[in-house]
Amino acid sequence: MEENKTFTISVYTENNVGLLNRISVIFLKRHINILSLNVSESEIENVSRFVIVVDTTEKWVRNIVGQIEKQIEVIKAFYHVDEETIFLENALFKIASNLLFDERQIQNIIKESNSEIVTVSRDFFVISKAGRRSEIEELYAKLKPYGIMQFVRSGRISVSKEKMEVTSLLLEELKS
Amino acid sequence: MKISGAEAVIRCLLAEGVDLVYGYPGGAIMPVYDELYKFQDQLHHVLVRHEQGAAHAAQGFARATGKVGVAIATSGPGATNLVTGIADAQIDSTPMVCITGQVGKHLLGSDAFQETDIIGISTPVTKWNYQITEAHEIPEIMAKAFYIARSGRPGPVLVDITKNAQFDTLDFSYKKCTDIRSYHPKPVLKIEKVQEAAEIINKAKKPMIVFGQGVILSKAEEELKAFIEKSGIPAAWTILGLSALPTDHELNVGMVGMHGNYGPNILTNECDVLIALGMRFDDRVTGNLNTYAKQAKIVHFEIDPAEVDKNVKTDVAVLADLKEALTALLPLIEKNSHEDWHNEFKKKYDIELEAVINEELAPSEGKGISMGETIEMINKHSNGDAIMVSDVGQHQMFTCRYAKFNQTKSNVTSGGLGTMGFALPAAIGAKMGRPDREVVAIIGDGGFQMNIQELGTIHQTKVPVKIVVLNNEFLGMVRQWQELFFDYRYASTVMINPNFCAIAEGYYIKSRKVTKREELDDAIAEMLASKDSYFLEVMVEKENNVFPMIPTGASVSDIRLS
Repeated sequence: MEENKTFTISVYTENNVGLLNRISVIFLKRHINILSLNVSESEIENVSRFVIVVDTTEKWVRNIVGQIEKQIEVIKAFYHVDEETIFLENALFKIASNLLFDERQIQNIIKESNSEIVTVSRDFFVISKAGRRSEIEELYAKLKPYGIMQFVRSGRISVSKEKMEVTSLLLEELKS
Repeated sequence: MKISGAEAVIRCLLAEGVDLVYGYPGGAIMPVYDELYKFQDQLHHVLVRHEQGAAHAAQGFARATGKVGVAIATSGPGATNLVTGIADAQIDSTPMVCITGQVGKHLLGSDAFQETDIIGISTPVTKWNYQITEAHEIPEIMAKAFYIARSGRPGPVLVDITKNAQFDTLDFSYKKCTDIRSYHPKPVLKIEKVQEAAEIINKAKKPMIVFGQGVILSKAEEELKAFIEKSGIPAAWTILGLSALPTDHELNVGMVGMHGNYGPNILTNECDVLIALGMRFDDRVTGNLNTYAKQAKIVHFEIDPAEVDKNVKTDVAVLADLKEALTALLPLIEKNSHEDWHNEFKKKYDIELEAVINEELAPSEGKGISMGETIEMINKHSNGDAIMVSDVGQHQMFTCRYAKFNQTKSNVTSGGLGTMGFALPAAIGAKMGRPDREVVAIIGDGGFQMNIQELGTIHQTKVPVKIVVLNNEFLGMVRQWQELFFDYRYASTVMINPNFCAIAEGYYIKSRKVTKREELDDAIAEMLASKDSYFLEVMVEKENNVFPMIPTGASVSDIRLS
């Protein structure tokens, strides 16, 4: 049996209603849990980009990408292993304001973690941290003892390391 | 000129050359039905008795003609009743457009009467689907629907139209769709891949072809014949490839897969090159993948890139429309005859003849009528020119194993999904699509009762389909598995059946029941001679099994003869 690995699947699509469902059922059919999902605009106008992270075998990810790509409104799909991409996630931490003043250590934690304070109000302040999952988890662990009022983490966003020329490839694809 | 959305739907169908649709009316599709009434001289609507029947009839029509089948239903239960047929069309690559009514746009998502999320429900089983909520979208979406359904690897498309969009008006103009920027139905043939394939094929000592429905869908029957006749390569077929090559062609070596022929299954694991043409290595074809054709180089001709390396790793994949690919391949192929290799198939066939076929086609004294001899008797009277529409189960395997075919698009059956209840409505569609041909539905006593209501459609339309129910008073295939793998525990497979002939007569369909071998010849002759629809019930041996058989999970070379 092939080993499971983390793969980042990038899907360039038309911006249409229902496509998210059409793509997600392909994972559902194979009983694969999506670890993270992010949909945004891409570098091309009116073209959306899905970034989907899954843990599976290379054979399956290849099959899945093929099955995604054959959906009518999917323009192109790729998959990469972690080493081939630049990727990060984003997290927001909401913390009671008094802690910022009462607990000096928190200021150090913020500084050392390269996170930034997004907003401060009388009752709470919000820290934003972008980075690898492990960095976010580390920050979470450090802040937890002081009390986190709310925490949220985004899906992975990623770009490929290789000069894949996705855009030119896509434009070609769209022309043909 | 402004017309209603509902009228636009009809005009779109006419513009696509549709003159026959299957459907069932209901609240949310009534504006379209009102237009069907007005256009009845140009567009014939067949009222089925259940929406599932509409979907299967559209499929039968599509499979027998190569054209897009059309089914219409209302929202809610009308739409969900289509789903089995849509799933069947998806897995068997059948071009079909389904049109469903939907509650008005302002009611969407409110759990309105007969509202169901048919877009969500049908997404996994459609090639494409779309919900129209504004009348002006209709021409463009309908054009896309037909283009997507029929192009590339065909499949079902569902268009859901809210009631307001049917009532509202639009400026109608229709332009056929010929291109969608994100959709490339036919990969561009790479000639170097064809050359690589040709090189491997020419060098092969023991090559074998397995062809599937791709031959029929790309209309490559002549190209296939030219290829095998020049190369001398034995050609086996999958269940959906059946009839693409005449069954009595000397290079036709039979069916692969679970109940396929002994030779092609055993020799799959002895050939040195396996040439797969327009087929997808379904598990019923391959058995255990870990022991499937491991010794062979695999050359896969396929239109759908997602099928390449999905189940079986290929050495060369030629991604293209099969007709184009075979046309490019033919001049590169060296003439050969592979006589010794053919003898291997003949030897294996003789073994199967001895162990299985002789007894099936001429059962020994005291045995009841067999399914195989019934099919053989139909062959005798139809001369292999009938379209055979089979349901799912033992009778289906016997039909595919023993029916004779001279013409393509003649084997209509539910292959991938294995939908019981498929045959009766599909036969209606096939006969309406090809009124010039004899259409015989072969159905088990179980499957017949799954869409038996379509006898009503036959009565109303007077479509002269011939129906043969092979009655063993069991759900035969499941019973066979229970006998072989569950120690004869016949859990819920015994059927206490009604008087089928009386039911047929109740629908004013002429009927006859055969219980003795001596009556079979005459009964089938009478059935085929009938100008009208005809129902024939044949009481067959109750506990016959289909052999050969590759048990689930076993290797193709472990095929059992008994």
